[in-house]
Amino acid sequence: MKFKNTHKDYQVTDESIYHSRRKLLKAGLLGSAGLLSSAAFGLKLPKHKVNGKFKIDEITSEKDATTYNNFYEFSLSKSGPSEEAHTLITEPWTVDISGLCENKGKMDLNKLIMKFPIEERIYRMRCVEAWSMVIPWMGFKLADLIKFCKPLSSAKYVYFETLYDPKQMPNQKGRSIPWPYREGLRMDEAMNELTLMVVGMYGKKIPNQNGAPLRLIVPWKYGFKGIKSIVKIKFVDQQPVNSWQAIAPDEYGFYANVNPEVDHPRWSQATERRITGGFSLFNSRIKTQMFNGYGDYVSDMYKGMDLRKFF
Amino acid sequence: MNKYLTVIKIITFMLLMAPLALMVWDGVHNNLTADPIEELLHRTGIWALRLLLLTLAMSPLKTMTGQIVFIRLRRMLGLFTFFYASLHLTIYVWLDLGLDWSHFLEDVVKRPYITVGMLAWLLMVPMAITSNRFMLKKLGKNWKKIHRMIYLVLILACFHFIWLVKSDITEPLTYSGIGLIWLLFRVIEYRGKRTQNI
Repeated sequence: MKFKNTHKDYQVTDESIYHSRRKLLKAGLLGSAGLLSSAAFGLKLPKHKVNGKFKIDEITSEKDATTYNNFYEFSLSKSGPSEEAHTLITEPWTVDISGLCENKGKMDLNKLIMKFPIEERIYRMRCVEAWSMVIPWMGFKLADLIKFCKPLSSAKYVYFETLYDPKQMPNQKGRSIPWPYREGLRMDEAMNELTLMVVGMYGKKIPNQNGAPLRLIVPWKYGFKGIKSIVKIKFVDQQPVNSWQAIAPDEYGFYANVNPEVDHPRWSQATERRITGGFSLFNSRIKTQMFNGYGDYVSDMYKGMDLRKFF
Repeated sequence: MNKYLTVIKIITFMLLMAPLALMVWDGVHNNLTADPIEELLHRTGIWALRLLLLTLAMSPLKTMTGQIVFIRLRRMLGLFTFFYASLHLTIYVWLDLGLDWSHFLEDVVKRPYITVGMLAWLLMVPMAITSNRFMLKKLGKNWKKIHRMIYLVLILACFHFIWLVKSDITEPLTYSGIGLIWLLFRVIEYRGKRTQNI
């Protein structure tokens, strides 16, 4: 995947996009004027637009978002991944789609992303460790990919796996967690319009330490659900056991929805430290919102569920 | 010996201030990671624990080398331990919680790692107060009883660290291991003395 991103690309909007944007603006779907006309994914550039529905004013600085990461495949420290992740080779990249679906097989990522519209969305990101960021992601809807894969009616969950290759991911030599990293979503969660397969951030190709070249973003869930460097997607009929649940089932669940009322057994989830960039030593905590503020989009999926039990 | 002691003490004092100086320097240059409060909490906490272990090392070092200088430095090391632990607590209550006392009380009651951390700090208060020569003379035999609490502080501090780590407990276990060695050393020494007395 090659990205070309010049300042010009940001400023120049070609006419057809301009008109389609006017239409969308009228439809009330897009509000932002910062319509991005291109980010070079591969040779042909899929145009990507800013989805103004998900706009947040104060964004975390790019430096903070790309140097403060949890990516245990490279390092257990926060700054480690940005220093170590250069060993990851993201080109070429194949994603193995398997399980209960019609359209399966190994797919080249460059070809795959050409099939779906790429959007930029600004999402809140809440880590289970009680800090949070606001990040402009670029990606396509997982729902689009799922429709393309044509799952069978027996497929109830989507299972994901990160690359396992200790040569590229040196900390996989250690046994801090059982590798590879695994995650899963219920089918309705995976199909939710918020759920993104991310390939870029801050208008650029996603850096290795943030989960290049393909990662999941589910903004109403704790950050660890956003599995990075995905090589495997499988449609299954049983609820998968995600990595953190396997490590400490009393502390981390399958759902991992952001919930200020359900504390982590060892610390409170009622508040969070928002990382914005700039001088933040005297910024006190802010209140954590139910479903990280995305309740309008997702709360229906959990009606009648005891979220204390299904944490 | 006395001539050099002052010099040694001044150098030690400056070395012990260095972690704080570095924190201030990094703070001014906005170099405390994306989450500066977390970083400061970690740095002050880890230095408090390191200095606690160093304080406890003084007595075994004196036994091993016969150099009294280690005992002469012990009080300063102990007070610096208390100093970094107090910074740690202050950052947590003031910068992290924004002086939200109900949140603080809830944490102390509900979170075991905070409960033991708080207890460790409280136990250090009487030690810090009675660390001067005047109190040493005044308290006589009781002084030793008060200051033996440092081993309890050590155990609490280790649990404070172990319980807060998310997954990989190698680092807290390493520190706990060193602490355990000092503890064993002390027990052996104590038993040795008792046999001698008989």
